[in-house]
Amino acid sequence: MRPSTSWRAMRAGLLALFAVFFLLPLYAMLDFGTRDFAGGRTGQSWANLVQDPDLTAAIITSLLLALFTVLVMLLLLLPTMVWVRLRIPKAKRLIEFLCLLPLTIPALVIVVGMRNVYTWVNYLISDSVLTLTFVYVVLVLPYAYRSIDAALSGLDVVTLAEAARSLGAGWITVIVRIVVPNIWSGILSAAFISVALVLGEFTIASLTNYENLQVVINFLGKSDARTSVTASLAALIFAFTLLMGLSFVGRTRGREGK
Amino acid sequence: MAASETPGTEVVLEGLTRHYGTVHALDGLDLRIEPGEMVALLGPSGCGKTTALRILAGLETTDSGRVWVGGKDITEVPANKRDMGMVFQAYSLFPHMTVLDNVAFGLKMRGVGAHERANRAAEVLDLVGLGTQRARYAHQLSGGQQQRVALARALAIEPQVLLLDEPLSALDAKVRAQLREEIRRVQLEVGRTTVFVTHDQEEALAIADRVGVMSSGKLEQIATPEELYNAPRTQFVAEFVGLTNRIDAISDGATAQILGNTVPLLEGSVGRGPGVALVRPEALVLTPDPAGNATVVSHSFLGSLSRVVCVFDGGRPVTAQSPSAASTGLVPGTRVAVTVAPAPVLVVPA
Repeated sequence: MRPSTSWRAMRAGLLALFAVFFLLPLYAMLDFGTRDFAGGRTGQSWANLVQDPDLTAAIITSLLLALFTVLVMLLLLLPTMVWVRLRIPKAKRLIEFLCLLPLTIPALVIVVGMRNVYTWVNYLISDSVLTLTFVYVVLVLPYAYRSIDAALSGLDVVTLAEAARSLGAGWITVIVRIVVPNIWSGILSAAFISVALVLGEFTIASLTNYENLQVVINFLGKSDARTSVTASLAALIFAFTLLMGLSFVGRTRGREGK
Repeated sequence: MAASETPGTEVVLEGLTRHYGTVHALDGLDLRIEPGEMVALLGPSGCGKTTALRILAGLETTDSGRVWVGGKDITEVPANKRDMGMVFQAYSLFPHMTVLDNVAFGLKMRGVGAHERANRAAEVLDLVGLGTQRARYAHQLSGGQQQRVALARALAIEPQVLLLDEPLSALDAKVRAQLREEIRRVQLEVGRTTVFVTHDQEEALAIADRVGVMSSGKLEQIATPEELYNAPRTQFVAEFVGLTNRIDAISDGATAQILGNTVPLLEGSVGRGPGVALVRPEALVLTPDPAGNATVVSHSFLGSLSRVVCVFDGGRPVTAQSPSAASTGLVPGTRVAVTVAPAPVLVVPA
């Protein structure tokens, strides 16, 4: 019993240490954001999140960017990865290399490289901030690829697809009704990580002179530090909740699969 | 689902070839399967049997040759339009669906209404003895049960042809024997034309109407299990199906002299001159005789049968098999006279 008790104590101690390490800055942000400089507490900075038109617009922009990024990423990546596994397994290495490439390229280099492409994007499609979706899709590829690849590896996709085909299913039905429901946890994981990444993205938006949430938070920091810190906290809590939800979903799906 | 309502369909494979790089998986395969017949394709790994089945299913393409089902050329028809039920070697139940939903999936693809497909799926599940398991998921079933559900799923769509790609090879020996009897029972009950691919000769001989032995992408021989065993047409078939002994022989074109006995020749044997006879263990007769031509080296009791290995004075070993009651005295060291029963044999070039 003794080793198990001391092991449990050590585990609880480590957990507490990490909780303090992660939660203390969040508490400090909450404390600072709600401090009334005349004394006492105020909820003004939280109210500003929905009352300050610039900030509200930036929050909506970033949420839309996250949504579009996830949609485009899934539409692009999911059929490609399933198709490669089913029909051209030889191309798996190439796809993996291409998807992991953005990890190795600094954001600054991406911005410089993209400038020419974006001239055309702005000319042909729009100069809306939402066009950042394209570069964000590239940015989230490595993480999304890993999540979906891990889920696909746990499944005999080829046999399941052949079984479904022999029963009369077309390719779209195979992907939508057979593959997707069985890699749902991987898809959710890819989506949540992408959302977290897009909500926290500053460098590219700032360097390309677009205003997303992080850019506005940075700007606000110079005039209204409390609201800026509160917006950061809200974004962090949102991403944190998503990731917690992800681990929960992953766990229940894992139990189902066993 | 009675055989009379849904008679089987004729299947013809005509000159199928398939190359993978320099490997000839199929090299001009011709095969004709009668309506309602169960044909087993038997052969070693890489002989092309699975490739042939997959081409028939539409899961592989053929380099040349045609596939005819029920008189229609379906060579270019995609897998999902072929109306064939297939059971795979790997477990292939959809993990996110219950047993009932798995079995009903093919019916759903055919636009059958929810009520009717649930009824039909339940009916087929009863046929394979899993009526009580319909609400379970694949991971809650044993391997044998999963393959039975896969069989039910393939049968639920009332396919023209049932294709079985080594469905028993992932199962343990006892379940395998049970399930193969069940597959045969169900196949006879529904009367579907069935192609069964296996590398297990016992399995093939036990359940098929005819067995096609394949080697290097070609059909060596297709015949009833009895004919295949008793009258193999090539050396490959004789040696792949059952045990054979290689014993020197001299042929005169119609009969052969083997160990002093005169034995009729099978079709496909060499002409006149010396050769090697491929003799089944049960065709060898061992008689204890101190002046005999061989010595017993081992005796294995297999239940009703016993297998005795003896070595000729020249050093060549042979294996004989006989009812256990008749071979009790053949202990290692016994001198025996080896003779051959007068059943026809295949004599091949030495």
